[in-house]
Amino acid sequence: MMEAFGLYNYWIVIFLMMSGFYVVIARGNLVKKLVGLNIFQASVFVLYISMGKVAGGTAPIIAEGIETYSNPLPHVLILTAIVVGVATTALGLSLVVRINEEYGTVEEEELADKDPAE
Amino acid sequence: MIASVHFPVLQIVLPLLLAPVCVLLRGARLAWFTALTASWAAFGIAVALLLDVLAGGPISYAVGGWNAPWGIELRVDAANAFVLTIVAGIGAVVMIFARESVEHEIGNARAYLFYATYLLCLAGLLGVTITGDAFNLFVFLEISSLSSYVLISLGKDRRALYAAYQYLILGTIGATFYLIGVGLLYQVTGTLNMLDLAQRLEGQEGLRGVRVAFAFLTVGISLKLALFPLHFWLPNAYAYAPSAVTGFMAATATKVSIYVLLRVFFTIFGVEFSFGQMPLGEILMFLAVAAMFAASTVAIFQNNIKRMLAYSSVAQIGYIVLGIGMASVTGVQAGVLHLFNHALIKGGLFLAMGCIVYRIGSTHIDDLAGLGKRMPWTAAAFVAGGLGLIGIPLTAGFISKWYLVLAALEKGWWWIAVLILLSSLLAVVYVWKVVEQMYLKPAGEGAGRTEAPLGLLVPTWILIIASIWFGIDTRLSAGAALEAAKTLLGAG
Repeated sequence: MMEAFGLYNYWIVIFLMMSGFYVVIARGNLVKKLVGLNIFQASVFVLYISMGKVAGGTAPIIAEGIETYSNPLPHVLILTAIVVGVATTALGLSLVVRINEEYGTVEEEELADKDPAE
Repeated sequence: MIASVHFPVLQIVLPLLLAPVCVLLRGARLAWFTALTASWAAFGIAVALLLDVLAGGPISYAVGGWNAPWGIELRVDAANAFVLTIVAGIGAVVMIFARESVEHEIGNARAYLFYATYLLCLAGLLGVTITGDAFNLFVFLEISSLSSYVLISLGKDRRALYAAYQYLILGTIGATFYLIGVGLLYQVTGTLNMLDLAQRLEGQEGLRGVRVAFAFLTVGISLKLALFPLHFWLPNAYAYAPSAVTGFMAATATKVSIYVLLRVFFTIFGVEFSFGQMPLGEILMFLAVAAMFAASTVAIFQNNIKRMLAYSSVAQIGYIVLGIGMASVTGVQAGVLHLFNHALIKGGLFLAMGCIVYRIGSTHIDDLAGLGKRMPWTAAAFVAGGLGLIGIPLTAGFISKWYLVLAALEKGWWWIAVLILLSSLLAVVYVWKVVEQMYLKPAGEGAGRTEAPLGLLVPTWILIIASIWFGIDTRLSAGAALEAAKTLLGAG
């Protein structure tokens, strides 16, 4: 029981990952899909940040009398991934704006009916 | 030469830095000229690197002087030098095509943005190929992906927007899966450098984290390379993107993802783990054969020829993956060789479609009637490319299928060889459908001879002639593919 509780970061990661993924697949609204995608990506950020923690370690700033530091590298990596995520969201939303201008809707089902089949 | 020491990093930095220059220059001509210079310089560097590697073995470059495994290492060996040459070569040829095609389909007012995005995409693809760092690969993958979503959305048809959106969703899921896989590997090994990863993973194969990472990486990259049945984003994206973009993407984007798959399977995890302990060979072969048949069959029923060629791409990716799935030197050689040959063939075919869009303004099969008379050179290019797609002798497509059949027979899997031949017959059907329309149906009334301008015809024919050239003289392509396969499988 305690072990399961000790890994609670990872339970959160799994919960966020699955719910975000579900929203991306199940929702027909293009904006909601992007929200789901963001939750999905955020779960991976938490995964990386969690693995950087070293038991008993402190913030990775050199100071006297401290020997154990947390690993800063995953945090740096995830800063990059956050930037990528922001860019993806911005581009996705601007595509939705353009789709809304052209079709007048952002619902997947309605989009399918608006173009004649080839 | 001092500059040649820095070729690996210049390969990426040159297009990356010239992209904002295109935006600053604004003028369509100037931006085009900048992009043209950048892409041809990148091609020159890639060729120089390939020759260097084939003569003197792998090149390692420490970015900013930070040595691996702490710094980011750019590592060029026979496998990725070959892929670099393909990507940069196609990028350079399509750039010639782009000037008139972009003027027609996107307009000169926004052309500079197109060229900037194109260069970013090229830089991303080259970066993915050249880097020796697993996380750095993710960053470049996203640079190329984000810019390709933009490029696709520039298509004239409004459906291009939705196609780009779908690709964005699936592409991001794929890239995030890759990120999860890399994270888990980092958790196990504490390193991100590919060679370092490979060393530290030895003896760790039993760990659940390693196996989960393997699964995430495989699925994530398979989404990116449109392996059947994860290909849903591809047909619409290729069908509605501007002609130059389709030609470029079809020949490079999926190919680079296939290269990433090769790296992960063979360099990071090693053939022992990937194909020995995991049932990867069986899964890949099953999906590859399914792609060859299902996608080719769907292609037969398409009326939009660009979408037909896109489905054909999914089938051709099947052939490449089939070769990889065999995990033998000949199999991987066949896969890498088909990667090269298919890039030329499909690039040429999509550029021919670009010529048709320029003059006829449609990709619907009914509008191609009598095209053999109206646009003889374009139609001939399409036929030559189509023959390569089927795999007729004296075309590049034949060579790669020949090696694929050899690899299957080497393993004693004669039924795979039969399936390869049978699925080629499906390609005959969909190529013939177009040829019949072009040559045997009369053109509509008032349709005169309207051949595409030379600026479009020349690059199209460069790719088509190259695909025939490499069907006759296979020393360079098959030789480099063999070196690549040997490097990947560690058979020296």
